[in-house]
Amino acid sequence: MTLSLNDIKHVAKLARIEISEAEAQQNLIQLSGIFSLIEQMQTVDTQGIKPMSHPHDMTQRLREDTVTETDQHLLFQSIAPEVENGYYLVPKVIE
Amino acid sequence: MLNASLKQLSLLLSEKKISSAELAGEFLARIKALNPDLNAFITVDEEKSLKQAQAADKMIASGQFTALTGIPVAQKDMFCTKGWLTTCGSKMLSNFVSPYDAAVVNQLDRAGMVNLGKTNMDEFAMGSSNETSYYGPVKNPWDRQAVPGGSSGGSACAVAARLVPAATGSDTGGSIRQPAALCGISGIRPTYGLVSRYGMIALASSIDQAGPMAKSAEDLALLLNSMIGFDERDSTSLQREKENYTQDLEKSIDGLRIGLPREFFAEGISSDVSSAVETALAEYRKLGATFVEVSLPNSKHAVSVYCVLAAAEASSNLSRFDGIRYGYRTPHHTNLEDLYTKTRAEGFGDEVKRRILMGTHVLTHGCYETYYLQAQKLRRLITEDFIKAFEQCDVMMGPTSPTVAFNLGEKCADPTQMYLSDTYTCTVSLAGLPGMSIPIGFGNNKRPAGLQIIGNYFREALLLNTAHRYQQVTNWHELTPPGINL
Repeated sequence: MTLSLNDIKHVAKLARIEISEAEAQQNLIQLSGIFSLIEQMQTVDTQGIKPMSHPHDMTQRLREDTVTETDQHLLFQSIAPEVENGYYLVPKVIE
Repeated sequence: MLNASLKQLSLLLSEKKISSAELAGEFLARIKALNPDLNAFITVDEEKSLKQAQAADKMIASGQFTALTGIPVAQKDMFCTKGWLTTCGSKMLSNFVSPYDAAVVNQLDRAGMVNLGKTNMDEFAMGSSNETSYYGPVKNPWDRQAVPGGSSGGSACAVAARLVPAATGSDTGGSIRQPAALCGISGIRPTYGLVSRYGMIALASSIDQAGPMAKSAEDLALLLNSMIGFDERDSTSLQREKENYTQDLEKSIDGLRIGLPREFFAEGISSDVSSAVETALAEYRKLGATFVEVSLPNSKHAVSVYCVLAAAEASSNLSRFDGIRYGYRTPHHTNLEDLYTKTRAEGFGDEVKRRILMGTHVLTHGCYETYYLQAQKLRRLITEDFIKAFEQCDVMMGPTSPTVAFNLGEKCADPTQMYLSDTYTCTVSLAGLPGMSIPIGFGNNKRPAGLQIIGNYFREALLLNTAHRYQQVTNWHELTPPGINL
């Protein structure tokens, strides 16, 4: 599968990264190089092989549904770009 | 004293021949003198460090201390450290003062270690040369024209230049082992899940693992003893009994079966590294080890599999950096969408953006099965190769990196070449196995070469024992870079 400039622009939009024409071109060249390497994976017949998502055969631990965290919003919001009355501020979403 | 082992330092401290504050002061003075050139540290805070050292001195005076109390350590800047700037090598976190401690930071603090600062690294641990750091590249103390390796390049450089006796690192594709090899120090990546990753900024969660970096296997064993343990805050943390890694260090390795993966000695390995590895293997033969050739046929796909899985997981993990709750926020935005896209465009460097784009691409509809699922299936085949090979041997050995340190700038233009330098390490990571690197001499341009020792799951004690026996009969780990005066 070959990558196109439109693919790069599309995934940049999905990933919420603003990208210039020149950056898109540069990424196209470099990602095409990487994809020509990873394309070799297709030569292996993996039919019937179970995908491995994790090195250990384990399941998610469960715990009692009780409160474990204390309210530390003042501490956490002390490093936020913009807060007001305990809320994180963002540009207006609804007019 | 600057070249002393952790055990020797501990003895000096417990016998009150030196105080922790004096020790920290000596190393801090070295950092002040040498760091402007080496760039191994992003943040140093003498006042905080000395306060910690004074507390350690009190622990020693009261008789309540561990084998690590009072000994300086440096933290890779991807471990959240309360009250310290924690940048992860990125502009995105250039203003992030962590409100909490990573598990590893907390454990070493409790053991009484003294944090001397936060070490430089590739941005979000994405790199093999430390050149993607927003804070500038680190230099290799053995040769200032050379890279230190990455992503834990600052930690490796700091230990090699004796700016600190030990440091923490993290290893996804080889980020502990490769810089350890390139800087002539020792480092171990433990079995996946053995060390808690709570507070370690995530790159690829199904592969990331933290571990220690130091001069010798003996030092690593001491550090690892304090770094392991179950942590309910890390959902992949393993519940198993703690081992004591110093206990079997001296054991004889007579009769040890060393597997040599054929694929690690084929094309790609440079002749200087190859001959350094051969010389090290000859030393192991003298120690009574036997050799058996093994095969890891699917390891040739490891870099591809790693590229796909690490990028996919990173693209998901790094979606949290949006300029809302912490970190960098663009000053120029017209609406929320614009705030997100500009913040991420300005806050991330080129390599990070490239990997996010790649990861997003392989997870899109139409590519998911071709790339992501195929990579996961190959990951299983790679792992099964290891399991099969370990039926014939106790440990495996080979080069850590195909070459000695390359020049600064040499591989920047071609990311594919950069990724290939992780070829022998990332295959071990994908299987979740423990691996380590120890110094075994020098290759071209008198740059250090490393031997990789790979173990089966939870065989860290055997790895450290195997490395320690070699270090008892060689002194590569005690050598210091030319011009680095002690």
